[in-house]
Amino acid sequence: MPPIEPVKLSPAPDKPNKAVLELTVNNHPGVMSHICSLFSHRVYNMDGILCMPVKDGQMSKIWIRINGNGQLEQIVKQLQKLEDVHAVRYHNAGHEIFIALEDSFKVI
Amino acid sequence: MYKMNGAQVIIKILERYGIDIIAGIPGGSNLPLYDALSQSTTIRHILARHEQGAGFIAQGIARSSGKPAVCFATSGPGATNILTAIADAKLDSIPIICITGQVPQAMIGTDAFQEVDTYGMSIPITKHNFLVRTAKEILTVIPDAFRIATEGRPGPVLIDIPKDVQLELVEFDNWPEVPRRPILKSYKDKDIQQAATMINAADRPILYLGGGIIHANASGAATRLAEKNALPVTMTLLGLGSMPSDHPLTLGMLGMHAARYTNLAIEECDLLIVAGARFDDRATGKISEFCPAANVIHIDIDPGEIDKLRTAHVKLVGDVGMILDELLPFVKQRKRNEWLTRIKTLRDEHPFLSPGAHDPLMPYGLIRQIADIVDDSAIIATDVGKHQMWVAQAYPFRRPRQLLTSGGLGTMGFGLPAAIGASLAHPQRTVVCFSGDGSILMNIQELATAVEQKVNLKLVILNNTSLGLVRQQQDLFFGKRYFACEYQNHVDFVTIAKGFGMKAFDLSESVTPVAALRQAILAEGPCLIHVPIKRNEEVYPIVPPGASNKEMIGGEKNAAN
Ligand SMILES: Cc1ncc(C[n+]2csc(CCOP(=O)(O)OP(=O)(O)O)c2C)c(N)n1
Repeated sequence: MPPIEPVKLSPAPDKPNKAVLELTVNNHPGVMSHICSLFSHRVYNMDGILCMPVKDGQMSKIWIRINGNGQLEQIVKQLQKLEDVHAVRYHNAGHEIFIALEDSFKVI
Repeated sequence: MYKMNGAQVIIKILERYGIDIIAGIPGGSNLPLYDALSQSTTIRHILARHEQGAGFIAQGIARSSGKPAVCFATSGPGATNILTAIADAKLDSIPIICITGQVPQAMIGTDAFQEVDTYGMSIPITKHNFLVRTAKEILTVIPDAFRIATEGRPGPVLIDIPKDVQLELVEFDNWPEVPRRPILKSYKDKDIQQAATMINAADRPILYLGGGIIHANASGAATRLAEKNALPVTMTLLGLGSMPSDHPLTLGMLGMHAARYTNLAIEECDLLIVAGARFDDRATGKISEFCPAANVIHIDIDPGEIDKLRTAHVKLVGDVGMILDELLPFVKQRKRNEWLTRIKTLRDEHPFLSPGAHDPLMPYGLIRQIADIVDDSAIIATDVGKHQMWVAQAYPFRRPRQLLTSGGLGTMGFGLPAAIGASLAHPQRTVVCFSGDGSILMNIQELATAVEQKVNLKLVILNNTSLGLVRQQQDLFFGKRYFACEYQNHVDFVTIAKGFGMKAFDLSESVTPVAALRQAILAEGPCLIHVPIKRNEEVYPIVPPGASNKEMIGGEKNAAN
């Protein structure tokens, strides 16, 4: 038997277990709860989350930084199952979105 | 042009979708909905006695018919009461739609009377949920709820509707249709061929069927594949009935309470074809020691189940019946004499033992006797505990949807209301519910519903004056330190049933128990059959929780247990 090949995420993760996800979701008051509930229920680790409405408020974009012990594929699959999630894009941990915010998160 | 209030829109859409039974309980925040329901000529309302009962009645309808079913509860305590039945539906992938009343929008967030955050509380236990903010939204939310509950992997949907939205007038031109989306299919022809090649090349394959086979109406497809390639078949608790228990290829249920030969045969397999199942720990035992040498073909509609607990060599995401049928032409006709002979040897050496099988006052004997009295059209519901496992082991299930049982959540109290729901959906059939003296007390109020609705339901209580499965675990794994599991107060179930207006008798008091059983089961209408059994009648074999399936305790031939 050939060895089992894991599902490929593209691009391949630059750091093991770390990544940034970009979600396009329906914008309504419960959508953040759905995303956060999934992470807590399945004990997935996120260490950063950003959310802003787009497209005249019909949709939102959510950025999540994850730190997930070999859970990346499962996290993506479970997010894709959520009714309000239209798209999940995968980025490397070094994606600029959170880096650009570093100044705002300095503790003085 | 139609003009009506939100509550009337809801009822009209439910009627249009063919809903003819709704179980529920009214209260302040869903009274507009009930007022609209009172005007329906096609929907029959079943007044439950507890919202959890209403939720399980809906489940009984859905599980026995395969169609989505609806239940109603009011805000606050009505909603919290029904949550257990919804969580149960989530874990077993049952399509129910729960519509809860909510306090008027202007009062949401103010700790108003009977206000709880139903939406927030139901997120993790539903497939999806809605909080409706305008009556117009109802026109899309209800159709979406039906779509979500039934498409792909089925599951419960909760719709929370504030009272003011139920009362708001709305005008619209057309009734909505149920939206349909194409079935998810993420495999290629070459994956099907690779799976077929693996099946053809395997020496000791096992086909492992779960509840997904039943949801997908795929038992025919599974049987065709098994028969063509001579694949021995095992089923999970929820998969029971996908293949007849007396089919020569059937090995019965796997896992914690499987027959010894079943777990031993699975242990020897070199290929596991897992279809509509999710490697639940009650089925696999310690997952790292579950057939470590076997290759895995995993077929499921839910991509999230693939590689979740066990990495698959071939991953086929889509409708399980379609996939099994696509595999069929590529799979060779085989006899597999060697493998089937090996399994027969295991079966002879480690058979399933059913002590007391000829005594109708012993668990296995009672189950066998009842199975002899009814035919395959009968629906069998269980509660949760030892009695549930005895039924799973010994009842000769021969068709899908014959067994209704709470698998994933293991909810005591499931049996009676689920059996009522099944009977309402199939009034021409006999429904038998096996319960324990612990479980029955968790929803015993639904005896009133059973009598009121005159359901043809036989409730068989195996009374061991204890929380039997707990007691057995304390016996085996906690040094016989029995605690909080033996009842001091012995409830007189026969008198209680009579108080509800239900026929009832004690089987142990009959001089001709077999005849008494037959007469009771063949008579129309609800009846409670009380059967005292010994506290120490145990379920064997048992795999200790967390242990490998090889480490079975009890149930050994030539050994007394
Ligand atoms: C709602 C709920 N509470 C607790 C449990 C834990 N539990 C599992 S089996 C069991 C005992 C069931 O007793 P009974 O219904 O009398 O059945 P028996 O095992 O005696 O056949 C208990 C307490 C459960 N499954 N569900």
